[in-house]
Amino acid sequence: MQDITRRRLLWSLPFATAAVAGGGFLAMLSGIRKGNFDPKEINTPILNKPIPAFSLSAQPPSTGFNQQELQQQTEPVLINFFASWCIPCLTEMSMLQQLSSHISIWGIAYKDKQNSVSGFLKRNGNPYQRIGQDNNGNVGIEWGVSGVPESFLVMPGGIIKWHYPKPLTVNSTQTLLSLLK
Amino acid sequence: MRFITFIFLFCLGLSAPIVAFGIDSPDEMLKNPVQEQRAQHIGAQLRCLVCQNESIEDSSADLAKDLRKVVRQRIKGGDNDQQVMQWMVDRYGNFIRLSPPFTLTTALLWFMPVLGLVIGCVVAFVTLRKKNKIASTELSKEERQRLSELMKE
Repeated sequence: MQDITRRRLLWSLPFATAAVAGGGFLAMLSGIRKGNFDPKEINTPILNKPIPAFSLSAQPPSTGFNQQELQQQTEPVLINFFASWCIPCLTEMSMLQQLSSHISIWGIAYKDKQNSVSGFLKRNGNPYQRIGQDNNGNVGIEWGVSGVPESFLVMPGGIIKWHYPKPLTVNSTQTLLSLLK
Repeated sequence: MRFITFIFLFCLGLSAPIVAFGIDSPDEMLKNPVQEQRAQHIGAQLRCLVCQNESIEDSSADLAKDLRKVVRQRIKGGDNDQQVMQWMVDRYGNFIRLSPPFTLTTALLWFMPVLGLVIGCVVAFVTLRKKNKIASTELSKEERQRLSELMKE
């Protein structure tokens, strides 16, 4: 009799394991759909650390900027990597326009041409206080950027407090604004 | 002999495109073959962050190309393999390494095969011992009686 219960227990073990694993996968899938789980997410180690050393050449109508200038700011700055060839950046533009009245946004044109960026800003409006050119993408690599658009919240003194590796959404913008209070 | 040499060289020629895999153009490669080999070895362990399941040596994404360039610049500048790897990890985190490093969070991952083997051995040992015990159990009194009765008939 004892042997039978043991056998039953052993039989049900693989099914129980499969059920638990299935539950786990289901949770992951629903997380992906809801947006609170992203298996492709890259956690930037730069978060809560000082900004890296960099220097950007001018992008009209701005004069470019470097690490020191960003560090010396007394107000938080949103650094936004963008490019004229990037469609998600285009969709993000309206969000950046709205944000620009709450926080100063400095743009970094990632792997782009001066003329293309100027045209892009003329067509879609310019939410940026300052803009720099990262022609070869090396500054992007220093910041740990894996694609455009990406945004970083830089606090006075040059510490990165928040990072968003996708086009800004209503939710992410609210998170950002709550950090400014 | 000459024929064998010809066959050998022919096969070598066939294998050449396999050796020169990910790189888009030959000017990307370092002139020093030892350094180039080191760069390829490091690149094969770095994840392309755009395609994510390819190494930067295999990928033709723009970022992979830039990262290949950085690896070669650092090697030329005198960094050893570990320093190049660390440079990448500092910027992109451990995610950029295709083989996860041994840490407290990845310990289970690394020990799983051994753990599985140990658990399997314990389960096998216990069940086999039980089976042996059952087989070697002697007949009870009643059974012996019944057996002798049967034998009498």
